[in-house]
Amino acid sequence: MKTRRDIFQAIADPTRRAIIALIALNAMTPNAIAEQFEISRQAVSKHLQLLTECELVTQNQQGREIYYQLEVNKMKEIDKWLDQFRKIWESRFNQLDNVLLTIKSKKK
Amino acid sequence: MSTNLKFDFETNKENNTIVINREFDADLELVWKAWTTSELLDKWWGPAPCRAETKSMDFREGGHWLYCMIVPASITDDKKEQRHWGKQEYKKIVSYKYFSGTDVFCDEKGNANPDLPKGEFENVFSEESNGKTLVTMISKHNSFEDIETIIAMGFKEGITACFNQLDELLK
Repeated sequence: MKTRRDIFQAIADPTRRAIIALIALNAMTPNAIAEQFEISRQAVSKHLQLLTECELVTQNQQGREIYYQLEVNKMKEIDKWLDQFRKIWESRFNQLDNVLLTIKSKKK
Repeated sequence: MSTNLKFDFETNKENNTIVINREFDADLELVWKAWTTSELLDKWWGPAPCRAETKSMDFREGGHWLYCMIVPASITDDKKEQRHWGKQEYKKIVSYKYFSGTDVFCDEKGNANPDLPKGEFENVFSEESNGKTLVTMISKHNSFEDIETIIAMGFKEGITACFNQLDELLK
């Protein structure tokens, strides 16, 4: 439960969403990520730390540099939750179809 | 049955909004009635084997619908019937076109639970040329965490179990 809550916390912030979009294409070093934003490197580093804690990104050491990469499967968890929501409404609407059909056939 | 009826479900993670478009095979008058009168809502709001039971409904701006979701003993963990209360507070109503309001978790007297998230909804109704009616639901939340909490409550209360059972029935 806690892990899931963390994912939502991770995507709640616009800068973190931008970081996610950025590294979804290519793994990047913290410096390269920071260059894309007008905020301080420290701020970027804090966002990366939170994303790492949420297991949405992982670090990958290559030589001297650390690259951050997106964990795509973790992102899919968000969609799984949304799918439950979709299912709830789908089921409700199927029942409503039946109610409407019953009323219509009574009118005839 | 619903195979040829439009159903889109779009989520916007940027502004925590879910937009659902669903077509119904009935005229506007009937679809509007099904969404705004307690006798009809009780027939579809709670998916079998769960059911919704209205305690009170006052469909006007500033009024509300207080209902109870009943989870039958057969599917609860402790084999006891469960009752969970919900409330829709109506904000704006334009007959046969639109109504909006707030979804609230509450007790049987309608007192909102301050620890649980509220959700804003807008429902738009429009008649289509083929005799069908399109309903657009816009559901807005403060954060994605709120959406997660609402779904998690559904699990906890056994309401999700009802939806899953219904899926089984429809298979």
